[in-house]
Amino acid sequence: MELTTVWFILIAFLFVGYFVLEGFDFGVGMLVGLLARDERERRVLINTIGPVWDGNEVWLIVGGGALFAAFPEWYATLFSGFYLPLLLILVALIIRGVAFEYRGLRDDQAWRDRWDWAIIVGSFLPALLWGVAFANIIRGVPINESHEYVGGFFNLLNPYALLGGLLTTTVFLVHGAIFVGLKTVGDIRERAHAFAQRLGGLAAVLAVAFIGWTAARDGELAVWLIGGLGAVAFLGGLAASRAGRDGWAFVGTAGAIASVVAMLFVALFPEVMPSSLDPAFALTTENASSTPYTLKIMTWVAVAFTPIVLLYQSWSYWVFRKRIGVHHIPA
Amino acid sequence: MDTALDLARWQFGITTVYHFLFVPMTISLAFLVAIMQTVWWRTQDEQWLRLTRLFGKLFLINFAMGIVTGIVQEFQFGMNWSSYSRFVGDIFGAPLAIEGLLAFFLESTFLGLWIFGWDRLKPGLHLMTIWIAAIGTALSAYFILAANSFMQNPVGYRMNEERGRAELIDFMAVLTNKVALITVPHTLFAAFMVGGAFVAAVAVWHLIRRPDQDVQAFRGAARLGAVTLLIAGLGVVITGDIQGKVMTEVQPMKMAAAEGLYEDADQCAPFSVLTVGTLDGSKPLFSVEIPCLLSQLATGGLDGGVRGIDSLNAEYAKTYADSGITDFAPNIPITYWSFRLMMGLGFAGMAAAAWILWALRRGRVPTPGARTTRWLLWTSLVLPLLPLFANSFGWIFTEMGRQPWVVFGLMPTEAGVSPSVSAAQVWTSMIGFTLLYGALAVVEVKLLLTYIRKGLPDANPPRPDDDQDAPLAFAY
Ligand code: HDD
Ligand code: HEM
Ligand code: HEM
Repeated sequence: MELTTVWFILIAFLFVGYFVLEGFDFGVGMLVGLLARDERERRVLINTIGPVWDGNEVWLIVGGGALFAAFPEWYATLFSGFYLPLLLILVALIIRGVAFEYRGLRDDQAWRDRWDWAIIVGSFLPALLWGVAFANIIRGVPINESHEYVGGFFNLLNPYALLGGLLTTTVFLVHGAIFVGLKTVGDIRERAHAFAQRLGGLAAVLAVAFIGWTAARDGELAVWLIGGLGAVAFLGGLAASRAGRDGWAFVGTAGAIASVVAMLFVALFPEVMPSSLDPAFALTTENASSTPYTLKIMTWVAVAFTPIVLLYQSWSYWVFRKRIGVHHIPA
Repeated sequence: MDTALDLARWQFGITTVYHFLFVPMTISLAFLVAIMQTVWWRTQDEQWLRLTRLFGKLFLINFAMGIVTGIVQEFQFGMNWSSYSRFVGDIFGAPLAIEGLLAFFLESTFLGLWIFGWDRLKPGLHLMTIWIAAIGTALSAYFILAANSFMQNPVGYRMNEERGRAELIDFMAVLTNKVALITVPHTLFAAFMVGGAFVAAVAVWHLIRRPDQDVQAFRGAARLGAVTLLIAGLGVVITGDIQGKVMTEVQPMKMAAAEGLYEDADQCAPFSVLTVGTLDGSKPLFSVEIPCLLSQLATGGLDGGVRGIDSLNAEYAKTYADSGITDFAPNIPITYWSFRLMMGLGFAGMAAAAWILWALRRGRVPTPGARTTRWLLWTSLVLPLLPLFANSFGWIFTEMGRQPWVVFGLMPTEAGVSPSVSAAQVWTSMIGFTLLYGALAVVEVKLLLTYIRKGLPDANPPRPDDDQDAPLAFAY
């Protein structure tokens, strides 16, 4: 296989990991505003992701770094072209990260309420905007012959992209609720189950619409298949959640997110950023990539270290496997 | 003047300097907290556990800011410097990606384990997690500095004229760039000065303001901090001296700019400690000079010659005739003063550390009410800022001294900026970041002060895994 293809797959892998993992912690973040009834319950929610959210976020950092190293043209066009959405995402990630660490440091309800808003908004904005951004990449944006983005901010707001944004928001909410079902005991767990069922229907409809639209635009069989797999996984996850099988439910929503992200990458390949102005202006795995030498080094590094990272990240999830409830929250 | 370019530079400067206020604290406090916890683990002396908890808390308050400002840095290359990213991505991206994979995963995962793992992990294993996180911070410094060193001294690449970019041909050369090899220890030592100063200052403040509480613990902490600051300071001076020679070799213009030296000095060039007057080439009005020190710094000998700005400018005009640059000198007042402030603030910090050690010699504590005690209290209030701002000035010197290049000799800074990003967009982000960063700075400093004032928390020795329903030892 071409190294550029290998790296396309690795980038896809990093973003799959990012959306599966940070997907549930964005979900939990939004649920702080929707599910918890009092301070203790809010703290239960936040503590389900406490030990892991930062590790999850590093998937994005490594994804961005890998994009820079393997496909510098892609990184440059995407990040400068999507300037304002990325700025919003950054601001959201900043206030959210600080909020997790700082909200409990003062015994003052007004203080905590303010940080809770930072958590809720800081989780909602990226959940929405990543969907919008990825859908736009697939759809194609105005890129000129020197690979510069020449559209404006409002080019990014089109029906397909907005559907993508709604989809990520609702799916992350459901994924987060199912994660809460998996990680908590007591009242809050029941409510998380009910929430997942209630929003699950809407999310499933959006998912089918988005997958269908994407596959119809693209037409490839593989896109249909992987997209279909995603829809099935999502419905399976909802069914498992209804049956009280929290572990399988989580596997279902995680699998659904993984499939949809994989579907988007398959639909892209071999382009990485299609141009809506002229197909010839598109960035492809070939014209956006680094040299074979750089890719080879990066491949060795990835092969050597990714398994180690997966190992210790899994270990950390294992260490914090216990369910928590309001009685675990120290006064 | 190109406003989008200027704004992008201002934004990059502001956000990076801001990021680097938290970085040196993170690096050094991670190790110092690990040391405190190790002492507790070895001696079972609860005072060290309480110190671990206090400084661990302060470390985390700082760490949160380090993380969130770091993500901005990672994105900014693509957002504001897309032409630069296209030009060097083949080389520059690799260390950045490797930094994430090797260092950031390690730091974030093991810190999560450390923070929440007090009652989940056996004490030895729990201690290991903070050491691994600390090593992660040092690894991250190495890779990011290797990337930065390529910008100061490009190595291991060749130009691909057809694609108009620099391409990697020797990755080991990038990782063993001689600038990187000396910048890494200098920066790490400088970081330890910050953490040492911080620990010492907090402890001295307590010894003076709360003379009846936890005296033994804070004496221990004050000495740990002051000794760290002194040893690291020594390391900084030695590595800085070597750095001067490397810099003179690869970027002689930066050394000339550091002294504001316009004419070549054939031998025994003096180093001016400070100068009052015009720095635009006309004569200084007043200046305190140390004979031959500049020669020593630049060449390692008291009689070495040092080249001046004018002759370097003439030479570069020939060498880089097609770069489009007409003036190859950086901003002289800034390079001149930032270099002196870096050194001066660092020396001041070391002097304060020596004084603290003297005041605490052989079991002593500051006498309440004495005049020296009042001075010591004032010292403890400014001490943490000295090495911290020395770090900022070090970076301002290094980065501004590289101008007008973004990659020395290869790419002028103005060629690196994103063509598709308008001045209005950069205004938006710069104002946004500045306001947000300003507000967060206020919050974080207030939190630090609150927790410093609270003093040592209870020891609360961890009891791993006894009761399924017991409250968590640590929760947000
Ligand atoms: C000498 C060391 C050093 C330098 C020059 C920089 N950083 Fe940094 N950075 C660190 C040392 C560090 C650290 C000690 O590893 C931090 C500080 C707090 C933390 O969480 O890790 C960090 C955090 C940090 C993070 C967040 C990691 C996480 O979520 O765990 C990112 C993405 C970056 N940095 C990226 C950058 C970029 C792109 C820089 C270049 C402009 C940069 N840093 C300069
Ligand atoms: C590996 C790490 C770093 C890299 C890759 C890097 C890269 C850059 C780049 C691309 C620019 C913009 C071009 C320019 O305006 O000069 C810049 C400018 C700047 N950087 Fe760095 N930098 C790094 C670390 C730092 C750190 C840690 C600091 C300080 C805390 C710093 C301080 C500055 C300043 C002050 C400027 C503005 C210079 C100017 O506007 O003329 N840099 N750097
Ligand atoms: C006698 C004392 C010192 C000398 C001779 C010295 C020398 C230098 C030199 C020559 C550079 C520029 C390297 C380059 O651009 O290639 C530098 C950069 C720097 N200095 Fe110092 N320095 C001293 C003290 C300090 C102190 C006390 C601190 C902070 C506590 C500090 C922190 C830094 C930092 C963070 C940088 C930027 C990163 C780097 O290039 O290493 N330095 N120093």
